[in-house]
Amino acid sequence: MAQNSQTMYLAIVLAPLFGALLAGFGGKLIGRIGAHMVTIIGVAIAFGLSALTFKGIVFDGAPIYDATVYTWGVIEGVHLEVGFRIDELSSLMMTVVTFISLMVHIYTIGYMHDDPGYQRFFSYISLFTFAMLTLVMSNNFLQLFFGWEAVGVMSYLLIGFWYQRESAIYANLKAFLVNRVGDFGFLLGIAAVLMYFGSLHYATVFETAPLLRDLTIQVFPGVNWSLMSVICILLFIGAMGKSAQMPLHVWLPDSMEGPTPISALIHAATMVTAGIFMVARMSPLFELSETALSVVMVIGAITALAMGLVGIVQNDIKRVIAYSTLSQLGYMTVALGASAYAGAIFHLATHAFFKALLFLGAGSVIIAMHHDQDIRNMGGLRKYMPITWLTALIGSIALIGFPGFSGFFSKDLIIEAVHHSGLPGSGFAYFSVLAGVFITALYSFRMYFLVFHGKERMSASVRSSLRETRAVVTAPLIMLAIPSVIIGWLGIESVLTGELFGPSIAVLPGHDVLGAIAADFHGAGSFVLHGITGAPFVLAMAGVAVAWYLYLARPELPERIKQSFGLLYNVLDQKYGFDRFNGFFFAGGARGIGTVLWRGGDAAVIDGLLVNGSARTVAWLASVVRHLQSGFLFHYALAMILGLLLMITWFVTL
Amino acid sequence: MSLMLNDFLPAAPEIFLLSMACLILIVDVYVPERYRLVTYQLSQATLVVTAILVMFLYPTESVLTFSDSFVLDRMGSVLKVFVLLMTYFAFFYSKEYLRARNLFKGEFYLLGLFAVLGMMVLISGHSLLTLYLGLELLSLALYALVALHRDSTAATEAAMKYFILAALASGILLYGISLLYGATATLDISELHSAIGSEGEGRNIVLMLGLVFVVVGIAFKLGAVPFHMWVPDLYQGAPTPVTLFIGTAPKLAGFAMLMRFLVDGMGGLRGDWGDMLVLLAILSLAVGNVVAIAQTNLKRMLGYSTIAHMGYMFLGLIAGTAAGYAASMFYIIVYALMAMGSFGMIILLSRAGFESDRLDDFRGLNERSPWYAFLMLILMLSMAGLPPFLGFWAKWSVLRELVAVDMVWLAVVSVVFSLIGLFYYIRIVRLMYFEKPTDHSAVAAPGDMRVMISTNALAILALGLYPGALMAVCISAFAI
Amino acid sequence: MIALSDFLILGAIMFCLGVAGIYINRKNLIILMMSLELMLLAVNINFVAFSHYLGDVAGQIFVFFILTVAAAEAAIGLAILVVLFRNRQTINVGELDSLKG
Repeated sequence: MAQNSQTMYLAIVLAPLFGALLAGFGGKLIGRIGAHMVTIIGVAIAFGLSALTFKGIVFDGAPIYDATVYTWGVIEGVHLEVGFRIDELSSLMMTVVTFISLMVHIYTIGYMHDDPGYQRFFSYISLFTFAMLTLVMSNNFLQLFFGWEAVGVMSYLLIGFWYQRESAIYANLKAFLVNRVGDFGFLLGIAAVLMYFGSLHYATVFETAPLLRDLTIQVFPGVNWSLMSVICILLFIGAMGKSAQMPLHVWLPDSMEGPTPISALIHAATMVTAGIFMVARMSPLFELSETALSVVMVIGAITALAMGLVGIVQNDIKRVIAYSTLSQLGYMTVALGASAYAGAIFHLATHAFFKALLFLGAGSVIIAMHHDQDIRNMGGLRKYMPITWLTALIGSIALIGFPGFSGFFSKDLIIEAVHHSGLPGSGFAYFSVLAGVFITALYSFRMYFLVFHGKERMSASVRSSLRETRAVVTAPLIMLAIPSVIIGWLGIESVLTGELFGPSIAVLPGHDVLGAIAADFHGAGSFVLHGITGAPFVLAMAGVAVAWYLYLARPELPERIKQSFGLLYNVLDQKYGFDRFNGFFFAGGARGIGTVLWRGGDAAVIDGLLVNGSARTVAWLASVVRHLQSGFLFHYALAMILGLLLMITWFVTL
Repeated sequence: MSLMLNDFLPAAPEIFLLSMACLILIVDVYVPERYRLVTYQLSQATLVVTAILVMFLYPTESVLTFSDSFVLDRMGSVLKVFVLLMTYFAFFYSKEYLRARNLFKGEFYLLGLFAVLGMMVLISGHSLLTLYLGLELLSLALYALVALHRDSTAATEAAMKYFILAALASGILLYGISLLYGATATLDISELHSAIGSEGEGRNIVLMLGLVFVVVGIAFKLGAVPFHMWVPDLYQGAPTPVTLFIGTAPKLAGFAMLMRFLVDGMGGLRGDWGDMLVLLAILSLAVGNVVAIAQTNLKRMLGYSTIAHMGYMFLGLIAGTAAGYAASMFYIIVYALMAMGSFGMIILLSRAGFESDRLDDFRGLNERSPWYAFLMLILMLSMAGLPPFLGFWAKWSVLRELVAVDMVWLAVVSVVFSLIGLFYYIRIVRLMYFEKPTDHSAVAAPGDMRVMISTNALAILALGLYPGALMAVCISAFAI
Repeated sequence: MIALSDFLILGAIMFCLGVAGIYINRKNLIILMMSLELMLLAVNINFVAFSHYLGDVAGQIFVFFILTVAAAEAAIGLAILVVLFRNRQTINVGELDSLKG
């Protein structure tokens, strides 16, 4: 049996990899049709087996699988291995990832139909699926990190898929550096785990963790910090990078430059959830540090609220959804902070379905609009694209948490959980998630009304060619719409009672907010009834109403509001200045040093840098350092002599 | 004191190499131009036999000979084998390149052999004098090699700059040696060690001055900041096979020099030179990684990357434990393997009249040749230190040793710089995979070259998956 | 009796002159090579002085090796110089800057 399941799990991981390799290296041999066939078959196998695994573990009570498949090396007792830990949590994630991936594969046939990089694209998304599965199925920190980096690299490659870069050298430096900050924290966290636990294996670490609960370390002399808090916060910094929490979120909206299927697969449904998944996986560690949980909750609350606000003023259809993703990720993070890990993963799953649906719907609209993404140029698309309209409506309703739809169950659960939490910061978090409900409804329906209802604002030539997209595009929409409606009904009870996740998630008795909710739970139906009378529902409806009033009934109002609240609008429109700050601080800083030290750098970059106002010090530094790299022998010699003198003064005379 | 036959045995590989080099020198004079391949084949055979001799003589304990001025030990033997291996690859990669440019002369291989002899003497030096002579033999051969392409303005300029600066560095090193001699009254490495004492009791200002001068001299040879200025110019200006040669084997000799002077000779001053290396390492990491971002010439970029890699290599020595030295040795060997592959790739893609050394020349390589793009991907990611490639293990091992001696802050600094460094390696990957090629000509390289470069790159992947063996070799080198 | 320190100071001054020559001279590469030679001679003075005062002959032997190596070095240096002159028609240090950055 164990042997059988190992073969099966290997097949789940390797099927997409083989698909990717065949599509990538097959070239003309397999052609375009061959490329999408092999990758779709690969992912379909992975999905089928994942679903089987999920069923086996959750419903048939199959034993949890935790074993090493391949030992890479043993260094001083530390095992570096490839292994799988298949339990409720990972099997659910596997199923969600492979399902969304499958839908995206199918959809891509239509979306990328005319693209010259067709085969390459299929190869990449399959490879991405492989990387994500390695991450999710891992039973140790090393493999987790490997998968973590691999999805990062894949996303980096895929963002660049269409990116026509003028300044070849510096493009994407921002996204790159921001992610490095996150990875760096993550790596430090793993290093700390290795240092204090002496093992990278989850099970060993989780078992030992309670023993080290009260250990403190001195990172800076004289300041005692709880080891658990340090480790958890470092790991969470990694999650902040990948799951785009403030202030490391700036890369995600930029990643919308990639093709829409990528936005759906990577930047909404799977990769960005890696951080959430990781924290849930590490729940036995996070439970031991209330400080870390508080940090997680507050960061999540800020993200949920602030990013939703930015979503209201975006005009690019994909960017609206991107900011919505950021905001929803904030919700999940809040749930993690409140120890409602199950709620976070539940929201992750429901969100994956309806957000992928919204993205693919947006893609469908974009195809119909001939790749115009500005919602101000749309309107009234309902009658041209009935399937897209209906599925997008379902997605939006699910997103705002209308009772009965999947988003309702998971989001209400989070709000209730935060309400029950007693950690510092939970008051603020509760306010944020409640206010977030109104904002979510506002930006979702603003987009919905602007796109599908109201005046048809597109040009006549576009209007004449408007029609519903092909079946390969609409079929995945329908397939995604179904779980967006029903998944909540199915999941809510088992999430609350803890059946669904079993022992894969650890919650200390004092933090068990879901248990408290479960005490009042009397079935999904009454949960819905209760929801209709609750504050979130009122807020959501208010949001929809405001959106309707502003964008359908009185479309001239928003312009006037924009003018009278100019400052606020600008702050939101500039996304709180994060981009500019980071662009200046990270990209500008690194670029500045690189350019300054490089004498031959073209004047435009230096000029651009100076125009950006990055200070006279740079100019001064440039004038000094450029002489060092001048190409003149005597300057080289001078550098050596100065180095020698420096070392003599430092080490001999001092 | 008389020399017996047994006293010559530890130096048998060097003696053999010297004899063969002299023989090839004479043969080369009489061989007609069209049979020039004979010189090449003889040189390669010499390298192979020398390597076999070195392995055959692999010692169980250190053996001193020639009045204790020459040592045969495990570290030396391992390094020599890799020096010979690297040179073998370097000669191999250079064959077609030199032919296509009418440079296929005996001089390249002869100078190469003498350089190898210099390296081997340097590696085995057990007296300040033998160390100096080995170093000079190496340097003199390299000066001439860089200027091999007589009609190239860039190459001669690079040679001149290298010559002047290296001579300056030699002068500084010599001055340091003279001060060490004055302070301790000996040239022998072991006696130097005991004169200084284990905790540096004999420490005085003359000795410290000598130490600083010696460290500066060595830092120059390895190209550590601020003594690095020659590296980018030389890497860019020299003919690619020469760059390849200089960028690989001599680094191993440089490591040996560091070990002989600092650890074997002045182990008692570990605290002092450890601090100096910290300074050099941080500067090298910073300048190497940051300035590389701004480069457009691949050879020059790899020059800056070398500077950064030397910074990492120092980290193991800074840790100052046997395991740390082993980690540094592992690092330098791994680095040499990766540099070999990267420069080999430049040679592979070049042809007469086209050097293929600009970053733009790698644009869209994936469309021209997916296989070589894949090999280059392995090399670049390994250089960047990503798992599962060999380069990851190299970084991992030095960082681990650093953490083991509680120098976490330095490990953190170096990780930050390696993350910055990641950017310029990945840039090449992007160029290869996401850009349209400007040049559509197929890769024209002979079959044996293709096989060798594939072996080289795949070895980096394979060794990355099974790093234990190579690591064990390095650890055993310091076991006695 | 001349003290050891006098020789060392002489050596140090010569060494510094050599180093300064490399930095200050910006015209002629041959003068650079003379400066290098001067540095090596400074080292030789050090060695001989130490050797004499320590009563140890090894230092003087070292000097012979340095002299030999210096000769070989000068030969190669001048050869490179000739090649360089043939390519660029100049041996001006200040014009040697095509490789930089």
